[in-house]
Amino acid sequence: MLAYLARRVAYTVPILFGVALVCFALVHIAPGDPLVSVLPPDASADLQAMLRTLYGFDRSYPEQFGRWLWRAAHGDLGTSIATGRPVTDEVFKAVGYTLRLSILATLIGFFFGSLFGFVAGYYRDSLVDKAASALSVLGVSVPHYWLGMVLVIVFAAILGWLPPTGAGSGNEGFFGSLRFMILPAVTMSVIPMGIVARTVRALVADILAQEFVIGLRAKGLTDWGVFRHVVKNAAPTALAVMGLQLGYLLGGSILIETVFSWPGTGFLLNAAIFQRDLPLLQGTILVLALFFVILNLLVDVVQTALDPRIQRS
Amino acid sequence: MTEPAIQIRDLRVTFGGVVRAVDGVDLTLHQGEVVALIGESGSGKSVTLRSLMRLHPPRRSRVEGSITVAGRDVLAMSERQLADYRGATVSMIFQEPLLALDPVYTVGEQIAEVIRRHEKASRAEARARALELFQKVRIPSPERRLDAYPHEMSGGMRQRAMIALALACRPKVLLADEPTTALDATVQIQILLLLRELQREFGLSIVFVTHDLGAAVEVADRIAVMYAGRIVEEGSARDLIRDPRHPYTIGLLKSRAEGALAKGSRLDAIPGSPPDLAHLPPGCPFAPRCPLAIEPCRADRPPPIPIGPGHAARCIRTDVSPGLLARHPEPAPA
Ligand SMILES: Nc1ncnc2c1ncn2[C@@H]1O[C@H](COP(=O)(O)OP(=O)(O)OP(=O)(O)O)[C@@H](O)[C@H]1O
Ligand code: SF4
Ligand SMILES: [Mg+2]
Repeated sequence: MLAYLARRVAYTVPILFGVALVCFALVHIAPGDPLVSVLPPDASADLQAMLRTLYGFDRSYPEQFGRWLWRAAHGDLGTSIATGRPVTDEVFKAVGYTLRLSILATLIGFFFGSLFGFVAGYYRDSLVDKAASALSVLGVSVPHYWLGMVLVIVFAAILGWLPPTGAGSGNEGFFGSLRFMILPAVTMSVIPMGIVARTVRALVADILAQEFVIGLRAKGLTDWGVFRHVVKNAAPTALAVMGLQLGYLLGGSILIETVFSWPGTGFLLNAAIFQRDLPLLQGTILVLALFFVILNLLVDVVQTALDPRIQRS
Repeated sequence: MTEPAIQIRDLRVTFGGVVRAVDGVDLTLHQGEVVALIGESGSGKSVTLRSLMRLHPPRRSRVEGSITVAGRDVLAMSERQLADYRGATVSMIFQEPLLALDPVYTVGEQIAEVIRRHEKASRAEARARALELFQKVRIPSPERRLDAYPHEMSGGMRQRAMIALALACRPKVLLADEPTTALDATVQIQILLLLRELQREFGLSIVFVTHDLGAAVEVADRIAVMYAGRIVEEGSARDLIRDPRHPYTIGLLKSRAEGALAKGSRLDAIPGSPPDLAHLPPGCPFAPRCPLAIEPCRADRPPPIPIGPGHAARCIRTDVSPGLLARHPEPAPA
């Protein structure tokens, strides 16, 4: 297991390098001179040359990449053009918000998705199955900003139970700030819910069709006893799907974060794109990609640890 | 004599309302007796066996007739009674233990589970019992093997573990569905010998399904031959080999005329194919393939005709059928 872990971690090194390369190249692939957004329109040639040296654009690409990578590795992602604050601070603040929201949304989605999927798989082709399947299709296909707005109208505007937008001032305490998260998290959770439900339904139906289930019944196990076995068989795959869903949500849903004015990465990316804030864009994407790679690694390791059938050699 | 271990009367099992997989089976098994069920693929051997534990999907199957095991009416049991009965009074070993064991639990856990399901035992006690069972079925380095997952064991070891699991709660009746078909010839013999030894030690009654006539003769006191969901001939192993009367039994024996007792070889095909279980003919189901078929055969289902003590065949021409044996044997297939 330890050797497996070491090898699995080693595999991520070239991936991380590739990710960094792509993020770096982004600035140069983007149309136009990367300096255009920084320079005042009437900048003199002297000023241009000075800034070019300052940003290091006069050096060769490999050298620029090396310097950028070196600084990034030390936590310096440059300065945001729009706000003048360090990109690292901006990104990690946003990542914190998005992480909170995505984890809550994934937990909600995983809980209900597993529940629906289990019931649907257990009573396959019954009315309950059809209802649960319809619900999960709805979850995947309903427009999220629309759902978000409906929820805001019902629970914030009409009923007044929950705050409509924002993340609060930060002084509300745990339950106070949780109130701000409920509506966006529920809106966001319908995506993993639908996917988890479909996966779990297929898993459960597949497991129940296997011969060992007859073997379990032949041992005298009741429905509850069989259920425990089905859960343990389904868990590695179901958790892996959950982990990947968390990865996708971490990218931050631009639409949902915009609807709810949630200051997460989606919100930040949106701002960076519209303001052509290249260092911010570069840094946000790099950090998100790192999270995604690490999450994938975690998912793999957890799945391998849970499932004795996967060969670890 | 004490009450029989198993008494099956007029068992009928229908799937999806049309497929008559078992169509009137009668079978009695005395305590400590071993009966082999043989017959072609699809003749209803496994379905008969699974009926004894009511393992058929309840929504898609109908089971009629009566089944009494150790004095208890199996078809009248509630779900709860059924769960208490399975694994404790009757247990089953399967053809392919790799498929019949849960892949994500160790075999030790799976044996401890059945013990703790039926008896009050701590984890440690259950594990100690599992270890004893592993020694009993002669698994080498049993302590270590308890912590193995099914896929980490060889086929023979897995089948031994499956036998240990089946015997964990000291059942009265053991149902074995082709327990050696998936194994190599040498391992097959070891498993058969082990089963016979354990049967004597525990006084088990065994219903043993097999394709292998040699294995049937090896372990069984009696043999029942199934065809199209019925037992067409039943008798002591000796009677069936020496004096078979149903043309189907004779066909089975003749098709393996070359060394009828050689182990490991499967029953070879008799010309023709078994009838469609959804559209059974009105008369004798074997008539389309029977060299002795005459008009009355197609009119009514033949009743069991007694041949001798404990020996009967469902054929109206048992007086002339021994002539089939004398005929020049068809060339044995390569
Ligand atoms: N759960 C089920 N649903 C529908 N049909 C079934 C089911 N189980 C068995 N059958 C049908 O019942 C018939 C008898 O099957 P069975 O498994 O008893 O045959 P068998 O004698 O054990 O054959 P084999 O030697 O191949 O194991 C087959 O036609 C099979 O398709
Ligand atoms: S009853 Fe007739 S058809 Fe059936 S086995 Fe006997 S002789 Fe053949
Ligand atoms: Mg079978």
